[in-house]
Amino acid sequence: MAKVPVQFSLNGSEKAEFVDSGATLLAVLRGKAGDTSPKGGCHQGTCGACSVIIDGELRLSCLTLAETCDGAAITTTAGLAEGGVLHPLQRAFMDGFAAQCGFCTPGMLMAAKALLDRMPNPAREDVVEAISGNICRCTGYEPIIRAILAAARANSHQVA
Amino acid sequence: MPLTLQTFSTVADAGAALKAPGTRYLGGGTLAVRAVNEGDLSFSTLVRATEPALSRIEAEGGRARIGAGATMAAVAAHPGLAAIAKAARAVGGPAVRNQASVGGNLFAASPYGDFTVALLALDATVHAGERATPIDEFLAGRDNFAGIVTAVSFAVPQAGGFRFLKVSRVKPKGVSVLSIAAVVEEDGEGRITAARIGLGCMADRPIRAGAAEEALIGNKRTPEGIAAALAVAGQGTAPPTDAVASAWYRAEVLPVHLGRLLLA
Repeated sequence: MAKVPVQFSLNGSEKAEFVDSGATLLAVLRGKAGDTSPKGGCHQGTCGACSVIIDGELRLSCLTLAETCDGAAITTTAGLAEGGVLHPLQRAFMDGFAAQCGFCTPGMLMAAKALLDRMPNPAREDVVEAISGNICRCTGYEPIIRAILAAARANSHQVA
Repeated sequence: MPLTLQTFSTVADAGAALKAPGTRYLGGGTLAVRAVNEGDLSFSTLVRATEPALSRIEAEGGRARIGAGATMAAVAAHPGLAAIAKAARAVGGPAVRNQASVGGNLFAASPYGDFTVALLALDATVHAGERATPIDEFLAGRDNFAGIVTAVSFAVPQAGGFRFLKVSRVKPKGVSVLSIAAVVEEDGEGRITAARIGLGCMADRPIRAGAAEEALIGNKRTPEGIAAALAVAGQGTAPPTDAVASAWYRAEVLPVHLGRLLLA
């Protein structure tokens, strides 16, 4: 199996890996880079559990070949907390019981972060649209929507 | 089976590589990488072109030209394409739209291909370098298409002149039960003078509702005026039965949704 070099930054750290040619970014993040925060759900782009942020855009790592990410800046859920301090979204999810089994949670957090990065004060419809590519079997989505809105409100209080 | 990715800076070089057996073009990856994940053995090499012109979007003077590599997100966000943005927004969820390409959607099998349904109603032209093919002809022959689609072009409809509806079970976003796009022109008295209706999930690929289009001409956009068109909406359709809906269900609800779309 041919190996291909790929260099990218992962949550701010520079990575260089020799990956199997044709490997997905999901497989490389989990199997090579040691980041198991993106999850393998459907492997066909319908569940959103593999969501990551590449160069500021929400993307599905199960549908992205690792080789196409050479030079990219990748953010995953594992990189949200800084110095042991939870990201406001993670805090809001915890406080709002927005995770039960937790399998959809990393993807939901990525979708939420991608939303708040471009729209710090979303309306409820914006949140619903932002997570429309993420499936949750447990919560019924309401606690997740409320948590994202709560995190947005908390951010705006801090800025003001 | 080991998979190789070949990247070329020009469409011409990528096109040459595609002549080898076992190759497939990689656009946004929503179809090709899914096939990899599902163990598709029909190709061992993915070929892509990074030529910037492939992602270019031009919309001025009433005409739009969208590079085949442009993503649904880029189309949905382009100010000159606001009239048709709802069709791009209907594809997948936010992450899918950040990578799904206009060119790739042309080759999607039912139940996918919602944006192509819109292009069908828009009477788009499919460009492959210097080759230009009307979309009806392209779709009929797409199984044997050789080369790389580089762009689509169409006349941008007036605001309100483009209608689009995607029916899905999962809200707000889910794969289509069916999708319908319609470009309808009316004269000063409200009589329909021209109509193009594209249907998704009513065959193995997007098709025109030719009989319904003909039955609309000369009528007004009222319940009585469109009744004849709704009665023949299913002519020429062969909807699939899949995990989303049965052929029977699609045939049953098509005239209902077409009626709502035309009267909206």
